Amino acid sequence: MTSIYEQLRETLRAEQPAALATVVEGPNAGAKLLVRPGVDPVGDLGHPDLNRVVARDALGELGAGLTSTRHYGAHGEARERDVSVFIESFAPPPRMIIFGAVDFTAALADAAKLLGYRVTVCDARAVFATRQRFPMADEVVNDWPDRYLAKVADELGPRDAVCVLTHDAKFDVPAIVAALETNVGYLGAMGSRRTHAKRLERLREAGVDEPALARIMAPIGLDLGARTPQETAVSICAEIIALHTGRVAPSLRDASGPIH
Amino acid sequence: MKEVLDDIERWRAAGKHVAVARVVGVEGSGPRSPGATMAVSEDGEVAGSVSGGCVEGAVVQEALAVLAGQRERGVVTFGYSDDEAFAVGLTCGGTIHVFVEPLDW
Repeated sequence: MTSIYEQLRETLRAEQPAALATVVEGPNAGAKLLVRPGVDPVGDLGHPDLNRVVARDALGELGAGLTSTRHYGAHGEARERDVSVFIESFAPPPRMIIFGAVDFTAALADAAKLLGYRVTVCDARAVFATRQRFPMADEVVNDWPDRYLAKVADELGPRDAVCVLTHDAKFDVPAIVAALETNVGYLGAMGSRRTHAKRLERLREAGVDEPALARIMAPIGLDLGARTPQETAVSICAEIIALHTGRVAPSLRDASGPIH
Repeated sequence: MKEVLDDIERWRAAGKHVAVARVVGVEGSGPRSPGATMAVSEDGEVAGSVSGGCVEGAVVQEALAVLAGQRERGVVTFGYSDDEAFAVGLTCGGTIHVFVEPLDW
């Protein structure tokens, strides 16, 4: 019988989702319940009803990516404070998919790793999309962007990001159309204002409606005056953070004039 | 937790006992969110952090006391007050609650 810690460790190493509930105040301080989707909870907080209620709450917290202390009665009653349970969510890392194997891609992949993303670099051109050029990426894929996105569409959610750095209509229009079919939280596309104006025309011709077009962050990044691949990577990552937290930071998309 | 797993494994492989301290509550301005984790070996080696460096020294002492059986596992609270400007506290003015326990689970 492996311990709760060992089961948690293996789950985290496999980047699978889990929530760990710990009694931090009340009887049985230190008691644990390890909760994973689709698996029976492991451990005991001191009463079967408390276990059941906390397991349910832990799955809810995990789904929302939240970590907090909650209070219960000794048998799991709401609105009582006999027991304080710390529920820590371990969500798998968010994903960033970068289309286009260019110099900006390597810098963005480095910055995304710093922020804890699982990074995929995808380009149809096998000469450019190589492991040697992108050693920091978790995955380098030789495929057409729209075909790759169709494969992973169901896995993408609000925490994930798609960055289209190809700025070649042949690749980026199908990539953006496919990304808009997913629930990805951030969709950014590189290119000048002029490039993006032309791209918008092509997207409209491809049948994309205005609300969908409004999801695209382009020109990509915050209005920092970034110029180098590394500065641009910082401006893209900063835009992703601001969009996620709902803070106001000036995006290039919402300004006019030169982008650097 | 994830960032301290490798250190914990190394210490345990060497037969050392380990304590884990986790932020379980933050009031006001706190440097790290709930879930921030610090692991301490019985030799006083440290991995991870629970604040911006303000209270780590005190947490190590609590963790070693828990490992030595000198105190029970439980919540330790660190805050800031003008009366105790030189005591251990958070310069940012917030309060954090840290649950300290031996890794015996």
